[in-house]
Amino acid sequence: MGYYKTGRDFHEARWDEPVILELGEPGQRGVLVPEADPEVMEKTGDMDSLLPLKLRRRNRPRLPELSQMQVLRHYMRLSQEVIGTDINIDIGLGTCTMKYSPKVNEQLVRSEKLQELHPCQDESTVQGILEIMYRTEQFLKAVSGMDRVCLQPSGGSQAIFSNVQVIRAYHESRGEGAKRNEIITTMLSHPANPGTAATLGYRVLTLMPGPDGLPAPEDLKKLLSEHTAGLLITNPEDTGIYNPRIREFVDLVHEAGGLCVYDQANQNGLFGITRAADAGFDMCSYNLHKSFSSPHGCQGPGTGAQCVKEFLAPFLPSPRVTFDGQMYHLEQGGPESVGKLRKFYGVPAVLVRTYAYIRSLGPDGLKAVSETAILNNNYLIKKLLEIPGLSLPYGSGRFRMEQARLSWEELTKETGVTTDDICRRIVDYGFQDYFASHHPRIIPEPFTPEPAESYSKDDIDEFVAAFRAIAEEARTDPELVKTAPHRAALSSQIHEDWLDSWDHFATTWRAYKKHKKKEAEGSDI
Amino acid sequence: MSTFVHPYLPNSVPEVRREMLDELGVSSVREILENVIPEDLLFRGRLDLPEPVRSEYELRRHVMSILNKNVTTEDCISFLGAGCYKHQVPAVCDELNQRGEFLTGYCGDTYSDHGKMQAIFEYTSMLGELLDADCVSYTTYDAGQSVCSSFRMAVRVQEARGAKRSVILVPDTMDPEILSQAESYTRSAAVLKPVPRRADGRMDRKALSALLSAGDVAAVYYENPSYLGFLDDDPESIAALAHAQGALVIARTDIAALGVMESPLNLGADLVCGDIQPLGMHIQFGGGQAGYIACAEDLSLLKQFPTYMYSLCETDREGVYGWGRAMNYRSSHGSRENANEYFGTETGLWCITAGIYLASMGPQGMYDLGETVLRTTAYAAELLKEVPGVRADPFGGAKFQEFVVDFTGTGLTVREINKALLKYGIFGGKDLSEDFPELKESALYCFSELTKKEDIQLLVKALKEITGGKR
Repeated sequence: MGYYKTGRDFHEARWDEPVILELGEPGQRGVLVPEADPEVMEKTGDMDSLLPLKLRRRNRPRLPELSQMQVLRHYMRLSQEVIGTDINIDIGLGTCTMKYSPKVNEQLVRSEKLQELHPCQDESTVQGILEIMYRTEQFLKAVSGMDRVCLQPSGGSQAIFSNVQVIRAYHESRGEGAKRNEIITTMLSHPANPGTAATLGYRVLTLMPGPDGLPAPEDLKKLLSEHTAGLLITNPEDTGIYNPRIREFVDLVHEAGGLCVYDQANQNGLFGITRAADAGFDMCSYNLHKSFSSPHGCQGPGTGAQCVKEFLAPFLPSPRVTFDGQMYHLEQGGPESVGKLRKFYGVPAVLVRTYAYIRSLGPDGLKAVSETAILNNNYLIKKLLEIPGLSLPYGSGRFRMEQARLSWEELTKETGVTTDDICRRIVDYGFQDYFASHHPRIIPEPFTPEPAESYSKDDIDEFVAAFRAIAEEARTDPELVKTAPHRAALSSQIHEDWLDSWDHFATTWRAYKKHKKKEAEGSDI
Repeated sequence: MSTFVHPYLPNSVPEVRREMLDELGVSSVREILENVIPEDLLFRGRLDLPEPVRSEYELRRHVMSILNKNVTTEDCISFLGAGCYKHQVPAVCDELNQRGEFLTGYCGDTYSDHGKMQAIFEYTSMLGELLDADCVSYTTYDAGQSVCSSFRMAVRVQEARGAKRSVILVPDTMDPEILSQAESYTRSAAVLKPVPRRADGRMDRKALSALLSAGDVAAVYYENPSYLGFLDDDPESIAALAHAQGALVIARTDIAALGVMESPLNLGADLVCGDIQPLGMHIQFGGGQAGYIACAEDLSLLKQFPTYMYSLCETDREGVYGWGRAMNYRSSHGSRENANEYFGTETGLWCITAGIYLASMGPQGMYDLGETVLRTTAYAAELLKEVPGVRADPFGGAKFQEFVVDFTGTGLTVREINKALLKYGIFGGKDLSEDFPELKESALYCFSELTKKEDIQLLVKALKEITGGKR
C-alpha cells in the first residue's frame, strides 16, 4: 500500500566542496553595485574628503572573488548536503515539531508587500501587516485562553526570557523584586527555562522527575518560599507524558505568591484539547516556527508568542498593536513595560505564515492537527517498541501526547552501539540525524522522535523500519554502525575531541590557517 | 475525531485513522485523551477561530487582500534607516535561501547537514575577513542582542580577571531601542551610564576620562557610525583612554561600511558587534535583523561567548573537514543555568544568506557599496542645505548613510512634514523628536546605493514646497 518503501539505495550528495575562501580568481565579480551618478561623483570630490584617513580601510578584505554562476553552484551543492524537512521524513528531530511548512505561505511572505516594508514607516502605510499581527494575536488568545498576546519575541527562548522579565517587573511593582529571587523549573523543561532565569539574575531551583517521569507537587512544596518568584514548566515535557497534577503545581505556586509560566514549545498535541489559562497559568509561550508551521530555516529566524493574563498586560514589551475600530496602531508601552525586547517588532514573516496556517485549518482543522499528532505518536511508539533493545522509560503502559523519549540502553549494553552511533547511522538511510535529548541526559542513550501530523502512516512505518534495520546491524555488524556514516555528504568522522579543545577552536578559516601555521612552526597555539 | 480531510493531514483519511486506532486498541483519540488528561482540564468548547479558507487560491487572495493595504519602499521613495537598511539584494540570495533544504533544515548536525555546517562556517569566515577577526559568533537574534551579550561578556571577562567592574559606558546618542533592550537584559549584572557628547555629537573625551577614573568601568561602548549617522574620526583615542583604565572596548559598526572603512578591531576595540541585515536580507518590516559578535583570538574573550560556536574539525581523511558545536558548555544548551547566558533558535537562514551575499560581493563589491553610500550621503547633505529653515547635518563631519535633519526652523513638526511628504510619494526620515527631545523637530535621513540623484532632488523640491507653504 501507498509509498511505503524500505531498502532504498540512498546516498546523500557528496561534493567534497572546498571552503569558499579557496575558490575563485582575483578580479572575478559575483554582482555589480549601483554607482553614484556622475554629478554626485563630481560634487563629492575624492574619497579622502568623505572618510578621514584614520578610518580608511588599510587592507582589502580577503573575501573570495567569484563570478555569479560559481557562487550559485557552490551553494546549490551545499544545499544538497542538507536533509531538510522537505526532503525526507523528519520524525527524528523531536521537541522541534518538524511539520510541513506549506509552500503557499512561502509565496505570501515573499511578496514585495512584506519584503520591502520598512519598520519605521508611517502607520497609515503599514495597515496590512499590523492587521495580520492584530488578528494573529486574537487567534492565539483563543488557543491559549489568555487575555493579551505579544508577538515580538524572536524565538521560543526569547519568549520565555520575556515571560521571566514580566515576572521580575510584576514583583518589583509590588515591592518584592529583591526578595523574590528564585525561579523553579523542572529537569525535563527546555534549557532556556533555567537559562533565561539565570541570565536575569535568578537563583534556579530544579525539580527532578519521579519514578513515573513526572515532577511531584510534594517536591515542589519543599522548594516554595517567600523567595519564590515563579515556576517555569512544560507540560507535556519531552517525555510526552501529560502531567495530570498540573493544576496542583499552579495552585501551590500561587499560594506562595509566585507566578506560573507554561512553556508551550510542546503545543502540537494541545490545540483545542486543553488551554494554559484553564489550568490556571498566568503566562504561556508558543514557538510559532514549531507548532504553527513556519520553516525552521536552519535554525531561525523563528518567533515566540508570549501570552499573559490581563493583570500582567502593563508589563509586556513595547510597543503593542492596537485597533481603534478603523485603524491599527503601534502603541508605546507605559512606565511598567519591560521596554524593548528586540529592534522593531519581531519577525513579521513568521506571523504572516502563522496567520495563513491558522486560516487554512480553522478550529476543527487545528484540533485535528493535535489529535493526529497524538495518534501518530502512540502508533509510532507501539511500532518502535517492537524493536528489541529499544525501551520507553517511565512506563510503556500508558499513552503519550505528541512525542516521547525512548532509550537504546538495552541495545547499548548488548552490542556496545550507542545512541550517538545510531544517530550517525540513520543518515545512511536518508534521514536527518535525530534529536537524542536536551542536556543533561538523565535518560540513558536517549532518542526523542516526534511524528507531527504531517507524516503519513507509511512515513511512520518507513521510519520504524530503518531503526529496526539498524538495531539488527548493531547485533550482526556493530562496526558498521560505529563507523557510520558511510553514505552521507561527509565521508569521514570528525575528530570529535577538537570540539572540546580551545587549542583547536576555529570558527573562521583564518583562525584554522593560523593554527596550522603555528603547528608547522612547532610553537604552541 | 471529525471527518476533516486536509492536504496537511495525511492520516485524516478515515480508513487510515481507523487502522491506526485499531492498532492501539482504542476507538478514538478522545479515548486516549480522557485516559491522560484530567476531565476538568479538557477543553470542551470549539476554538474561537474563523472557519478555514478552503483552497490555496482563496487563501492567497485573502491574505494578499490584507497585505496589499501596505504601501512599500518600492511604491514610494524611502529615506528610512535607523537600524534597518534597504540595500540591493542579489537574486542569488533570494534564490538560495528559499531552497527547501536550507529553508526547512533545523538542528541536523555534522553528518546529515554537512552543507549547512559548511555554509555557517563560511559565513563566519567571510565576516572574519571583513572584520579582521579570528573569532566570529553564530548569529544572534539582532544587533541589540549582540550588544547585550557583548556587555555581559565584558563583565564576565573582568570577573575572570578578579576585577569587580560592572559599569558599561555608552554614548548618549546610543540607538534608543538597543539601549532599552540592554538596560533590561544587563540589569542583574551591569549598570549602563551615558557619556555626554560634544557639540559635534561625538563622545566627550574629558567626560569619558572622568567617568573612567572611578575604576568601576568594565567596558566602554561606542557606535561608529553613530545612531545619528556621524563618524568619530578618532576611535583609537576612546580605546586608549579605556584601556589605560583597565576597561574593555566594545564597538558597534555598520557592516556595509567595511569595504571602505577600517574594522574597529584594528582601531583598538576588543569586541565588535552589530547586525548583518544589510548583507542580503530584505527589510521585511524589521524581520531581517541578525546579530554578530567578533574578536581577535584571545582566550579570555572566547570563553565568554554565549552562542553556539561552529568550529572546524579535521577528519580521518586529509583535506576533508567537518564541523560541530564547540565548547558547548558555555551555552545554556550545554549547561542550563550555569551557562554564560541563555541561547535559543536564532537566525540561521540569515547567516547563510549573508555568506552568499559576501561571496557575491567580494572585496570590490563591498568597496563599491561603501563608496556609493558615502558619496550619496554627502551629496544629499549638501543639497538639503538649500532648503530654507532646514538645518541638514547639524553635527557635521564625516558620516555614513545617515544624518540628522533639523526642521525646527521651519515652524513645522517632523510629523507634519512627513505627512506632507507622503503626498509626494516620499517616506521622510525617522522622527527623532520623542527619543531625542533636545534635538527638537529633527529626523534621521538615510541614503544608500539605491538612492538616486533624482530621489534626493525630488525630496529637496518637496521640502521647499512644504516648508514654503505650498503643498
